[in-house]
Amino acid sequence: MPRTIPDNSVPAAAAASDALETRDMLLNVGPAHPAMHGIIRIVARLDGEQIVDADVDIGYLHRGFEKMSETVDYNGVIPYTDRLNYVSPLINNVGYCMAVEKLLGISVPERCHYIRVIVSEISRLTDHLTCVGASAMELGAFTVFLYMIKAREYLWELVESVTGARLTVSYCRVGGVKADLPEGFAEQCAKAFEETRRVLAESDALLTRNRIFVDRMSGTGKISAEEAVSYGITGPFLRASGVPYDVRKDCPYASYDRLEFDVPVGTRGDNFDRYLVRMEEMQQSMRIVEQALRDMPPGPFQASPQTGRSLPASEMVDQGKVGNIPAIRDACAVTDPTLDGSAKPLHVSIATAEKRVFLPPKEDTYGNIEGLMQHFKLVMYGHGARPPKGEVYFAVEGANGELGFYVVSDGGNTPYRVRVRPPCFAIMSALPKLVVGDMMADLTPTFGSINMIGGELDR
Amino acid sequence: MDAAALIQALTERFPDAVRSSHAYRGDATIVVSREALLDLARALKGDAAFQMNFLMDLTAVDFSTFGKKPSSAFFASSGVAVRPSAELPDEHPWPGPPRVPNAAAALGAPPGPARFVVVYHFFSLPLKHRLRVEVPLEENDAEVDSVTSLWAGADWLEREVWDMFGIRFRGHANLKRILTYEQFVGHPLRKDYPVNKRQPLIGPDGHASDHS
Repeated sequence: MPRTIPDNSVPAAAAASDALETRDMLLNVGPAHPAMHGIIRIVARLDGEQIVDADVDIGYLHRGFEKMSETVDYNGVIPYTDRLNYVSPLINNVGYCMAVEKLLGISVPERCHYIRVIVSEISRLTDHLTCVGASAMELGAFTVFLYMIKAREYLWELVESVTGARLTVSYCRVGGVKADLPEGFAEQCAKAFEETRRVLAESDALLTRNRIFVDRMSGTGKISAEEAVSYGITGPFLRASGVPYDVRKDCPYASYDRLEFDVPVGTRGDNFDRYLVRMEEMQQSMRIVEQALRDMPPGPFQASPQTGRSLPASEMVDQGKVGNIPAIRDACAVTDPTLDGSAKPLHVSIATAEKRVFLPPKEDTYGNIEGLMQHFKLVMYGHGARPPKGEVYFAVEGANGELGFYVVSDGGNTPYRVRVRPPCFAIMSALPKLVVGDMMADLTPTFGSINMIGGELDR
Repeated sequence: MDAAALIQALTERFPDAVRSSHAYRGDATIVVSREALLDLARALKGDAAFQMNFLMDLTAVDFSTFGKKPSSAFFASSGVAVRPSAELPDEHPWPGPPRVPNAAAALGAPPGPARFVVVYHFFSLPLKHRLRVEVPLEENDAEVDSVTSLWAGADWLEREVWDMFGIRFRGHANLKRILTYEQFVGHPLRKDYPVNKRQPLIGPDGHASDHS
């Protein structure tokens, strides 16, 4: 619980010596500080180098996510969710879309669930790489940071090939995803994971037995399991304290119940255990993606069964005219290459059958009148999906912990209320608890292991 | 415990406190009066049958414009209305926003809709069940007991609700704004707060600077 700090420092331990007068010093860290991963202010009261009290001031990045969500339609919230946790935006997309799908009472095809799992786990990898790399850099291990950012680049290239964007992806839709995985994704993914595994092995060799790193991380920023639960802390931070809570295991969603993975837990609840938990979670995430790619139900037929190539739309019409139905029965037409999203299959297995909800793929919007009507009925001002009146809460495992969306509908085309439960809000509220008693220099690794993301903390 | 069994157990345990309940889309939800909240929360946390050790989320909803929003476009009435699909039977309908008994209720009238509803989401890690507790509040008396004595995480969450909705938490040690600043006027997530309202720029001395 933050205590108010008086403006003037209080003389302490006056009895220690008559000649020496010691007093606590107030140190203002932030709002803009190189070791802070965002704009945040910590007012620390120091006795020598020891922190005796800390007051945390947040809200510098507040931009009214919840208020803005009440002004746009249900699909219009998705770009705002990208900006919550901007290091793993795909998980936010998935969480929001699944909450609205729960409200609507619809489900998505199996392949879509697998795609959502794959993109979520790739996002978790990028998030953990950023977190571990940045906190290692702040302790002087700049090489590790560069290695990890290199691995993150490979993964962001994957994200880019799937979603068309690196950061503001807006990939999920209510009732599906924007597009199927691109051709050759599995091979590209295997290559990126090979690089990531190499980087993780190198970073492990550089950090895990590094005397300087271990001394700075071990025993600092400690929190017990009971306290962590009381603060509502979830995710890798909680698991490092020895509580094996993972939304993917305990309340499985999408296709996590069919995938095999382990939940690493720590024992001491300090910065070093949180580092180890994150390192192991990255290995598990890659394991999940590889299983998902293996088990995923096949996508729609893209190639003509006779030639093995995609069929241009004009050729398909010609085949139909001459009555060669077997040649085009399972084929999907390729539309004009200038159209956005062309050469991708027509989404039959990634979108819900509920056409009144799902924004159609661009091939349909540009290619046929039904797609065009479906598109306009959903995007025109004042139209859009109207879920029944009700309220739902849906939680997914974000990179920092439980990411929950609470959506209330009054039957209109805009959400009546969207509330996001940001995982790092709970962890940040425990920051005074974590740093009091430690040295001032321990603030840096502790703050790094929190992985504060201003976008989701301040919303 | 599934949603229906949880609601059943809570209704039997707290027959006076639980005013209504529903399990819309499988989310166990109970509506309790604010007088009963603290006792109920204590039992939820400590009782072996519930073991709600996590306060996952604490937020509020302003129901003052629920269902009253004027249609935003000329053709809005022709918008597609999406009903739940047939394979997911809606056996737990949503009863609507929670209501508070007011002066009219003493005369036999049905209780009026509450302006604010404080929403708690609990989770039990040992028993793996979730519960939503809603506390309806009236506009002119928006105050509820703080649960900071039970969950340390409630501290910031309650500060956020105070900041965004202006709901007071009795017994909170440090109830001040968290996402906005001290000089901010109004509570932005109230429905009567205009979305495009501007606030004066606050200078380093804490006073509004003339920025026009």
